Amino acid sequence: MTIIKKVNKPPLIIPLRLGFFLAKRQIIRGNIWTTILIIMVMSLTFINLIFIGGILTGIIESSSVSNRQLYSGDVIISALSKKPYIENSPAVISMVKALPWTEAVSYRFVSSGVIEANYKNKTDLSELSEEAGGLVAGIDPEVEDAVTGLAGKIIEGKYLDSDDTEFILVGADKFFKYTPIDTPSMQNLKNTGVGDKVRVSVAGRTKEFTIKGIVRSKVGEVDNRIFMISSSLRDMAGRSDNSVNEIILKLKDGADPAVAQSALLAAGAGKWGKVQTWEESQPKFLKDIKGTFTILGDIVGSIGLVVASITIFIVIFINAITRRKFIGIMKGIGINSFAIEFSYVLQSLFYAGIGTAVGLSILFFALVPYFVSHPVNFPFSDGVLAVTWKGALIRAAFLMTASLIAGYIPAKLVIRQNTLDAILGR
Amino acid sequence: MIIVENLVKKFKTGDSELIALKGVSFKVAEGQFLAITGKSGSGKSTLLYQMGALDFPTNGSVYIDGKDIVKMGNRERTELRLMELGYVFQDYALLPELTAVENVMAPLMMQGAPKKQARMISEESLRKVGLEHKLYNKPSQLSGGEQQRVSIARAIGHNPKIIFADEPTANLDSETSKIVLDIFLGLHKKGQTIVMVTHESEYAVLAERIIRLSDGEIISDEKNKQ
Repeated sequence: MTIIKKVNKPPLIIPLRLGFFLAKRQIIRGNIWTTILIIMVMSLTFINLIFIGGILTGIIESSSVSNRQLYSGDVIISALSKKPYIENSPAVISMVKALPWTEAVSYRFVSSGVIEANYKNKTDLSELSEEAGGLVAGIDPEVEDAVTGLAGKIIEGKYLDSDDTEFILVGADKFFKYTPIDTPSMQNLKNTGVGDKVRVSVAGRTKEFTIKGIVRSKVGEVDNRIFMISSSLRDMAGRSDNSVNEIILKLKDGADPAVAQSALLAAGAGKWGKVQTWEESQPKFLKDIKGTFTILGDIVGSIGLVVASITIFIVIFINAITRRKFIGIMKGIGINSFAIEFSYVLQSLFYAGIGTAVGLSILFFALVPYFVSHPVNFPFSDGVLAVTWKGALIRAAFLMTASLIAGYIPAKLVIRQNTLDAILGR
Repeated sequence: MIIVENLVKKFKTGDSELIALKGVSFKVAEGQFLAITGKSGSGKSTLLYQMGALDFPTNGSVYIDGKDIVKMGNRERTELRLMELGYVFQDYALLPELTAVENVMAPLMMQGAPKKQARMISEESLRKVGLEHKLYNKPSQLSGGEQQRVSIARAIGHNPKIIFADEPTANLDSETSKIVLDIFLGLHKKGQTIVMVTHESEYAVLAERIIRLSDGEIISDEKNKQ
């Protein structure tokens, strides 16, 4: 018989190799349904680790995206503080159009105004009219739609045509029906809708319009506005110059807004208006909520990681406890603790690894696409599942580390028990 | 050479104390086939576990080749079990996910044998116990007798100094028991030291020497006259 005692090998390699040998066979030849169940638990644990945080971030993320798409574009130029409009607007628009990354440009003439409804039905002169204040934006309907896709956000009625001098679009926040808030600081129209005649007052002049459509985008800057064609607003405001208040730049796919911003500033646009990327132009509350939700997401994620660790611990502990006798046998025949522990750590990493891979697949190939096509209807955004590969992989790495520890500890606990008691099952 | 010196083992069961071994002493010469027999509860298995470094006695010493294994730490005892001792258990104690050959390979690999060499030795061991046709069967695909033979193949695979067998025939029918004991007798003829615990006197008499225990004490220690 071949005697193999006292073979000189690096001591660590031997238990590692045997641990791998044992783990591989325990996984392959163990009960397939148990393996599937454990992997399923791991997958759900991983999804749970990401899902809530992803939804929280997604609410704000989609709000940011909508704000970018419908209001600011990729880069927005607005009037400098203390200036009523962007000075030298035609020159600035030319600069914007001359950029190599520009896909489309829109410009808005904006003024504050008041919309008044049901004034014809008033029988008592002392009675207050049904009215709401807000910003009135003069737009070129075709150009605006090309840049922001505003036409797609009409929920009632129709979008403006270029010659609709007698018609307006009104943001949904101006209607009690869509925004049921009625406070002294936020007045809205209660019994008015598409096809009704309203009076719009701008710069002391009042004109009657017909509501052609209602816009609802869940972007405050849009849903609070009244839109009319630019010439109508200019007539009312008594403005004959070509100055505008907002220039919206949509960039070609892949172009960097910061690069476009720098180019515009270098060309001197900063002298005439405030040049901001879409991120810089976001309302402060959105940035604050984003920060808060990120913290909440991290807290939920941390709790998820603890839950995941406990789950793995329980799974591996039950696995080790049910195999206590065999662990005892292995120790009894001289297999050292490290080899056995390593085999359990490998199994735990296998379950966590496959579970994570399945979880990643479910996330990126099922849940994310599902939420893109069926966003959750939140008041200020259409919530999607905001998950990035980088973020998911970082969490996967955390989960694997937790699995390593959570797999090692229960194996260690079982292995520490008396060998003979384990073999005899007492 | 095994020297058992004044071995005492006490178990605590609640408030009471059970003395399983009451100062047992004897020696086992190299190459001897010793059968330890006695009624159920006589302390024979407890004695085997103390001798085989699977348990710690309350008092006394067990010397294997001059080293007191009672004073060894866990790591040293594991090393001793791996390198010098072989075990055959009553319920075979095989790892269910490993095939027959892999069960034999595991301790060999722990000794540092490359996988290929461990497989070769394991196949050779299994051939010796007549299982060359069941190398790749899992324990669940083997009969009780076949499982016990795998257990023996595992015990002899690394050429241990001593084989400890705890009731190796308890779960087997008489025909299969005979096969198992024939294997032990064959190993003994080649000089293998074997310590076997059995409550079946018809098998104990096959050993070279028989120690009878009763209530944790040796009541007879005799050479087999057969």
